[in-house]
Amino acid sequence: MSILLTSIIGLPFAGALAVAMIPRNNRLIIRSVALLVTMVSMLLATYLFSEFQSGVLGYQFVHEIAWIPSLGINYAVGVDGISVGIILMGAIVAFAATCLSHEITEREKEYYFLLLMMIGGILGAFASLDLFFFFAFHEFALIPTFIMIGVWGRGENKNYAAFNITIYLTIGALLALFGLIALSVQAGANSFDIRVITAAIKAKPLTGAVQAWIFPLLLFGFGILVSLWPFHSWAPLGYSAAPTATAMLHAGVLKKFGLYGLIRIAIPLMPIGSQAWMQVIAVLCLGNILFCGFVAMRQRDLNLLIGNSSVAHMGFIFLGIASLTTLGVTGAVVIIIAHGLLAALSFGISGHIYHQTKTLDMDQMGGFLKPMPFVGAAMVMAMMAGCGLPGFANFVGESMTLFAAWKVFPVVTSLAVWGGLVIGAVYMLRAIRSVLHGPVSPMGERMIDAVSFWRKLPFALLLIGLLVFGVWPRLITDKVNPCVEEIIAMATFGQPTAKVVPPPVKGKQRPPSRKRPAARP
Amino acid sequence: MNASLLILEYAVVGLALAILLLDLWVPASCKAKLGHLAAFTLTGILLASFAMHPETAHYAFKQSYVLDGLSLFFKRFFILAAILVLLISVEFADRMPTGISEYYALILFALTGMMLAASASDFAMVFVSLELITVTFYILTSFQRNRTRSLESGVKYLILGALSSAFMVYGIALIFGAAGTMKFTAILASSAALATKPLFLLGLLLTFSGLAFKVAAFPFQIWAPDVYQGAPVPSTAFLAVGSKAAGFVLLLRVLMGTVPNITAQWAPLLMLVAGVTILYGNLCAIPQRNLKRLLGYSSIGNAGYLLLGLAASNQAGAGAILYYLSGYLFSVLAAFAVISVVSRQTDDEDISIVSGLHKRSPLLAAALALGFISLAGIPPLAGFFGKFLLLKSIIPNVGQPGVALLLGTALFGIAVSFYYYLGVVRAIYWGKNNSDLPPIAVPVPVRLVLYVCIAGMLYLGCFPNSPLGTATRAVLALKP
Repeated sequence: MSILLTSIIGLPFAGALAVAMIPRNNRLIIRSVALLVTMVSMLLATYLFSEFQSGVLGYQFVHEIAWIPSLGINYAVGVDGISVGIILMGAIVAFAATCLSHEITEREKEYYFLLLMMIGGILGAFASLDLFFFFAFHEFALIPTFIMIGVWGRGENKNYAAFNITIYLTIGALLALFGLIALSVQAGANSFDIRVITAAIKAKPLTGAVQAWIFPLLLFGFGILVSLWPFHSWAPLGYSAAPTATAMLHAGVLKKFGLYGLIRIAIPLMPIGSQAWMQVIAVLCLGNILFCGFVAMRQRDLNLLIGNSSVAHMGFIFLGIASLTTLGVTGAVVIIIAHGLLAALSFGISGHIYHQTKTLDMDQMGGFLKPMPFVGAAMVMAMMAGCGLPGFANFVGESMTLFAAWKVFPVVTSLAVWGGLVIGAVYMLRAIRSVLHGPVSPMGERMIDAVSFWRKLPFALLLIGLLVFGVWPRLITDKVNPCVEEIIAMATFGQPTAKVVPPPVKGKQRPPSRKRPAARP
Repeated sequence: MNASLLILEYAVVGLALAILLLDLWVPASCKAKLGHLAAFTLTGILLASFAMHPETAHYAFKQSYVLDGLSLFFKRFFILAAILVLLISVEFADRMPTGISEYYALILFALTGMMLAASASDFAMVFVSLELITVTFYILTSFQRNRTRSLESGVKYLILGALSSAFMVYGIALIFGAAGTMKFTAILASSAALATKPLFLLGLLLTFSGLAFKVAAFPFQIWAPDVYQGAPVPSTAFLAVGSKAAGFVLLLRVLMGTVPNITAQWAPLLMLVAGVTILYGNLCAIPQRNLKRLLGYSSIGNAGYLLLGLAASNQAGAGAILYYLSGYLFSVLAAFAVISVVSRQTDDEDISIVSGLHKRSPLLAAALALGFISLAGIPPLAGFFGKFLLLKSIIPNVGQPGVALLLGTALFGIAVSFYYYLGVVRAIYWGKNNSDLPPIAVPVPVRLVLYVCIAGMLYLGCFPNSPLGTATRAVLALKP
């Protein structure tokens, strides 16, 4: 029993309550409370990450409180190698998002209340070991998203975007909820605890017929939440209308909920279902990578470009999951973390620009690197990370998924490589050219860089995260790998040889992220 | 013969008569305050009811009245609803033309009918208690005599209510003809033989139709939006909560407690009714601009969700119905209390009256938003947990034909309902006009209602363990 995780989740909620108590004129105090709780939460998450014991199977830092024993629903949080990194990433993004909320100048009390509620919901979703809380925390974060886009959002069609994102995500979440309830009922354990359900299914696997209808529910339910093509249209629209912090949190962290659910629940517990559907995922993920890549290429609005590229990046994660190999799924988890930092960084930068220009039309920009050396440099690095430059964590994850998927889906992988490297490079580099380079546009002359420490800190933190995990991926992979190995062992238990190839222990071309100690010099 | 079991009903009837008598001596300016007295006394009755612990079923009047866990649960439910509605009606009193004391008394008579319905164990009792509810509601809905809309809604309710009563009484006659008795216990004992008699089945179907009218289920839902819109706010609130719950307690008693074997055969019918009701309520709510009318359609949609629990035809489903109704009570009464206060200045119930409400009164804004968010079913509010329980009760039946389709329909309905519920939330927090109107002062009793409702929504959503235990124990009474 350790209340560490509960405090990481509970601090934002406590902060939200505190904000609700403070009179609305004390703007500085409200903002300080929000910053303080998210910062402490982030430090605790860092401590959690450093104290986490790699290579130990099972959940650590477990904390349980009985809630509804008769239904087998209890508050239970804990982390394993997969979620510990995501929680650290989420806490960093949460702090960065709170820092960058200085752009909000009206109705701050409500804003910080909702922001902290949303952060608490997000962190809780990833820490929950109980399917009910897992789902409820995610749903809980949805209403703040809706109100924040509506009240503090941008542009003419923010109402449309707010409803679009909320209803779309609700449909996905409800599909997933049906699947989760059905899973719990079919497992016959009268419990919603992931550990109990996993044990019950290990002892008595679900029949193929049951898996055949539960798996698609979870796949498409979670898929909608992660903007799996063709259910992605809510994402670019919603993000371009959302205030900076909401877009950072949603695109960076909350969206990964669906992927986490797939990796944690759908794949290991329903091996027959997952093997049957992986071909479909592999084809759909091409839709993300190629289709959304092309769409991103056409965008002249910086936020729509980032939003579409973020959807495109989800394709690599799906590809890694579809390979059903340890290497591929580990790569997928690395991208989840890397992309969380990257998406937050990109939306943070575009927010910094929008705050001053009130437009994100790239045709009117140009030469911003000169007035804004710091933010400009951060943007160059973000864009480079986005096209998969070695040194950033995205490269590690993407190469791992591609190496893994090559053995299973060679055609898809070759198209994905082309899509990821060429298309990605085209729109990212074009964005750098039209925003940062060239003669300084009239708009650029008035631009102000992030000057003070507090303004620079969020960008710096996110970049440091990307670089640290990029040059030293073992920090993550050593933790992730044993857990993924177990998941893959469960997922391939049914037909271990049919389509699934075990991860190559030795290969000619090796990503710099080999996580096996034997493979390191 | 054990007439002392009816002590709670006696108390409520006595209170109603006392209010009518007091009306003769109380000066006109203070008559509105009688509502506080009534609410206060009812609170006492509610607290006193916790002294009763019926471990087993106790019968009175030759087994036509039963006091068990289920009936006591619903009695408390109805008393609580009546307390909150009385407090709302005190706020509403100055908009009634005359006779506010009679209005309070009628609420109490309707409450008596509901409490008797909760204890009905005989079809004659079912009919009498339902008529007591319905007839008082004819008056309650048309109480604003000076408003055409109110009169119109009363007449509509009268005509359709009379029709449904006719269905019901005809059905009861057939049941009596086929079974030779109207007692639930006797029918339960011979239900296997009765299940093959077409006359009995027809009678049961007609009775079901009459009850479907009460809960506003398809195809007997047509009255709900008009009556909700036209009736005075407190009447609508009581109609939405009390009358619907009375319908459901009788549905539970009849379908699950008396003829469980026939109900199991009728699962396709119940699922069809549930599915169409969900679709009708939610789809028709989309274009509504009048808040009360919107809640009318939403109440149809909610009747559909509640029927899911009945279609599941298991104990978990029955418990889920009780839980969902409790959450519905707090959510809907919060909404009506706010509407009652806000519509005071504008004499209108269009959605635009709540736009910018957060600037005029943060409490009203929060209560209304929470009510609608709870109705939409978002954690950590009561509505979410209720929906979760309802879905959980029916998902094990997914192998049966049609259940998957019904679940798909429910999902569609919930997604649609997000649109119109959140549309109200949008109006409250970032609606365009009205934000320059003066702040609204919330009277203390209404404030109390709102606090109770908010606390109830949060309690049922965040700490479901003990209320769920209560609901589960209450439906044990239905176990044959």
